[in-house]
Amino acid sequence: MPAILSIEALGKQYKSGHKALESVDLSIERGEIFALLGPNGAGKTTLISIICGTVTRSTGTITVAGHDIDHARREARQRIGLVPQEIALDMFSTVLNTVRFSRGLFGKAPDPAYIEEILRDLSLWDKRNVRTMELSGGMKRRVMIAKALSHEPELLFLDEPTAGVDVNLRRDMWALVRKLRERGMTIILTTHYIEEAEEMADRVGVINGGRLLLVEDKDALMRKMGKRQLTLTLQAPLAAIPEQLAEWSLVLAEDGLRLIYSFDAQAEDTGMPALLHRLSELGIAYRDLDTSRSTLEDIFVNLVEKAA
Amino acid sequence: MSGINLHGIWAIYRTEMARSIRTVWQSVATPVITTALYFIVFGGAIGSRMSHVGGVGYGAFIVPGLIMLSLLTQSISNASIGIYFPKFTGTMFEILSAPLNAVEAVIGYVGAAATKSVVIGLIILATATFFTDVRILHPVWMVAFLLLTSLTFSLFGFLIGIWAKNFEQLAIIPSLVITPLTFLGGAFYSIDMLPQPWRTVSLFNPVVYLVSGFRWSFYGLGDVGVGASLAFTAGFMALCLIALAWIFRTGWRLKP
Repeated sequence: MPAILSIEALGKQYKSGHKALESVDLSIERGEIFALLGPNGAGKTTLISIICGTVTRSTGTITVAGHDIDHARREARQRIGLVPQEIALDMFSTVLNTVRFSRGLFGKAPDPAYIEEILRDLSLWDKRNVRTMELSGGMKRRVMIAKALSHEPELLFLDEPTAGVDVNLRRDMWALVRKLRERGMTIILTTHYIEEAEEMADRVGVINGGRLLLVEDKDALMRKMGKRQLTLTLQAPLAAIPEQLAEWSLVLAEDGLRLIYSFDAQAEDTGMPALLHRLSELGIAYRDLDTSRSTLEDIFVNLVEKAA
Repeated sequence: MSGINLHGIWAIYRTEMARSIRTVWQSVATPVITTALYFIVFGGAIGSRMSHVGGVGYGAFIVPGLIMLSLLTQSISNASIGIYFPKFTGTMFEILSAPLNAVEAVIGYVGAAATKSVVIGLIILATATFFTDVRILHPVWMVAFLLLTSLTFSLFGFLIGIWAKNFEQLAIIPSLVITPLTFLGGAFYSIDMLPQPWRTVSLFNPVVYLVSGFRWSFYGLGDVGVGASLAFTAGFMALCLIALAWIFRTGWRLKP
């Protein structure tokens, strides 16, 4: 079976001369959640918009489930659902009508039972006869999702799904994404909240300046690039790091009250148990012990800075 | 799956018609009241003091012109707002991302706008019968002109809606071009009544051909030949279609 989405040598230069994308290659497998990370203006929305057909491209080819988005427009487009970043609704339409409209637009025969199911999933069923202009921001965003799901797409794009959304709605959104994935949907989301990618994605792509800097399995990425830190809060301050601890790369902080050990999370022998053992041999007592793992955010900042 | 996206066309058509029904007072009452006023002022007050034009009473004479005036303005405004609105609210992304080709989108939008114009045209015709004696010599041609004009100018309105970047631009063509051309296009007089050189100048006014052809279908008389009227309308329609095909191919003012 062909990849659900395949992008080759995609480039986009706007009329202003701005190069939004340069030779982007990407292949998305069925059923995965792919997070596209990048700072504002990196090209995330341009990439999504080109795939969905709302922006023209300058070079490259795109296929959706093996269907070229130009030559087999209908077959390709029908499989795609798009939730754009900005809320845009026909404000005079009711929730139910606007969702039905979307389904029809994408060439599907009416299916009231399915529409009801989506609206119930999104807690919109009670609001079905309310005009969209009367809904709260969070509700409007749910309507946008309902519209994107209305034609039973196989590939769903969520462009900054939780930008400016409160904590509860964000949780709901994440739960929904997981539920959709369980049903076999492929999801591509863009975000600049690293937390979001870390929480949900199977694979992560980092884009900056229109170039896809890396695409990797999220866990592998974290393992490969992640650093861990062990922080010990000592009972009595140390004037200097004892010689017997020289084999570990240690830093003394907070007037000698804190001992910090950085190590590679990927290494087979982290050296941590041995360090703790040596400390007790030396009679250095500690009150507290804390380990932390670098987040995708650290990795991301690192990458983007390196590329700049 | 292949073939025509009928569900898509229907979705657009139905939504557009629902929009008209939502604003039914604006869309229907306004032209009816305006037309009634024209009949009272031109047909009743002034017309009673005017001689017949080409053997037809003045009140009856202006009926085709009045209908044409409404058809043009209504078609243009309906179709232009229909497509401008999604651009304005941002919902255009959905139309552009849908598996819908240009022809299907145009059938939906233009079809709905034209339907509304035809309905309004017929309502005006019905209103007119209360004020004056209307005869229709060539009903088939009358309907043909009604449909053709509604479709053509809905297409034209669709183009304006795509072209317009704001509400001022949306209103400028109907108010600054179409309305003057209609008033000078023989809606209220026969261009034979004009002195030279205005008579010749009038022949460059496209609306003259529309009004003339339409009036011919009512009373068998026109300022220009009915063939010329048909040819002009069809030609203008072809121009609009060519422009639309170009727009959808290049994404002009639709896609960055």
